[in-house]
Amino acid sequence: MSVLVVTEHHRGTWHRISMEAVAAGQQAAQAMQCSLAAAVVGSDVGGLAGDLARKRLSEVVAIDHPQLAAYSADGYAAALRKAIDDLRPRLVLFPHTYQVRDLAPKLAASVGTAFVSDAVGMRFEGGEPIFVRQMFQGKLHADVVPRGAPPHIASVQSGAFRAESAADGDGPAPVRRLAIALGEGDVRSQTGQPYQDAKDAVDLSAAKIIVSVGRGIREPGNIPLAEALARALGGELAASRPICDSGWLPLDRQIGSSGQTVSPDLYLALGISGAIQHVVGMKGSKTIVAVNKDSGAPIFEIADYGIVADLFDVVPKLVEVLGESD
Amino acid sequence: MKIFVCVKQVMSRDAAVRVDGDGSWVRDDGVAFETNEPDTFALEEGLRLREKHGGEVVAVTAGPARASSTLREALAKGADRAIHIQDNRFARADTHITAAALAAAIGREPHDLILTGLQSDDAGYGQTGVILAEMLGLPHATIIMKIEASGGQFRCKRELEAGWFQTVTLPQPALLTIQSGINKVRYATLMGIKKARRKPVRRYSSADLGIDTQPRQEVQRLYQPQQGKQTEFLEGSAREVADQLLSKLRFEARVI
Repeated sequence: MSVLVVTEHHRGTWHRISMEAVAAGQQAAQAMQCSLAAAVVGSDVGGLAGDLARKRLSEVVAIDHPQLAAYSADGYAAALRKAIDDLRPRLVLFPHTYQVRDLAPKLAASVGTAFVSDAVGMRFEGGEPIFVRQMFQGKLHADVVPRGAPPHIASVQSGAFRAESAADGDGPAPVRRLAIALGEGDVRSQTGQPYQDAKDAVDLSAAKIIVSVGRGIREPGNIPLAEALARALGGELAASRPICDSGWLPLDRQIGSSGQTVSPDLYLALGISGAIQHVVGMKGSKTIVAVNKDSGAPIFEIADYGIVADLFDVVPKLVEVLGESD
Repeated sequence: MKIFVCVKQVMSRDAAVRVDGDGSWVRDDGVAFETNEPDTFALEEGLRLREKHGGEVVAVTAGPARASSTLREALAKGADRAIHIQDNRFARADTHITAAALAAAIGREPHDLILTGLQSDDAGYGQTGVILAEMLGLPHATIIMKIEASGGQFRCKRELEAGWFQTVTLPQPALLTIQSGINKVRYATLMGIKKARRKPVRRYSSADLGIDTQPRQEVQRLYQPQQGKQTEFLEGSAREVADQLLSKLRFEARVI
């Protein structure tokens, strides 16, 4: 009986949230009083397995195959099914990444079990896990329990666990190599190298002040209002996904899981509700100000200063006061 | 090309969410419902592919009776017909049950492409499409920003994290989950709404399809999130609030 953590890397470099999943796994294994294994999947993963083995783990499981060099849902699901068959874990934990969103539901369906996705917290009652996840656009939290036979699968949201709290072991954990048979036809997809669209040029990660707009800005004609505030504060203008999807601001000004991750001194969120996909891109900001008409908007959960008001009333006044003090 | 688009009806984005009596779901009385926004992009993509390659677009939902208005909307926008797997329990079914229902209905017919939105705006698990693909034995790709169909293959632009993309090519038939913003969604025309009334809607019950209704996960309790930070709320006239905020940012937070 064990907990299995599945790590993620891209061409030999750890995805930063992998060690957060290891930290979650250590907590789970302790609460469930069982052993903890961590899996690394890929081609030529000996170095990564050795690195992972420094963590406090019962064992590292390395699944190495030339066909696993690049991620494919078919290849990686087959690899992890093999690990599940061999280890018979009670709980399988993933970091919640785009790759995991592609992979883990398939794995769960193929074993016929639950996948509790994107947990922001985890606690245990009688040795059984209860996951906390956001629902209804982050307006509510839910305690979700897996049902049916194990293994139960879950993923943890970026930032929900601290990578630094993933403890090192007293000595290196043993590395077990799992052989997997993958034929030509077993992977049905072909994947290309990752690329960035050339137009993505603005780097917001260096900005000290960011004024960001969401659906509350209502129409493209109102963007100059936010722009004026950004200018008055000497900051950059950014937006949540729907604004860039609508073409009101270029995609390279998008903050969130599919856009940029920023941690400025000041993040001013105008008419942004605070959906998870946006919050993961800015929650590291030093000071967060939220202006929103809806007092129940989840953005207020992470704001240092909150203003429950119409942004069209408040923003012009902010620009006006900033103009006076010059 | 035979294209199935899975759509879900969710509470409207602006609806106030109120936890129900036993604390395990939300109250849905007096609430407006709408088509899950990500699914509207999937429908639009299906319609565009049909316009280019010919064939048929079928809108499918597993939902309570009220979800028929979401199918009507899809028909009004141009879907050729619809399938409604109707069961009031689907309003809060887990992803496994929903996918099993969709798989049972779609699996009865030939299919070249299945599209879903990348996630729902209510429970937001983001996995029904992928589970459905696995149940039907289809290859899948998620968070797709562009689809080119040719030579029995789908060449897709898949979104990765932090502004990166990747090309994924899948053989037909396949399932794709569509990222919001992939296209500009059309509105239903008056003519479309009129025509929709005559388009066929096939109804199944869960019993008709013999669906496995054992949940794999269950919401035990829904509640207001706890405040992560101590938020200081500023009140007064717009001018007063602006003065207060700028002074706090200067002298308290010292960030401007």
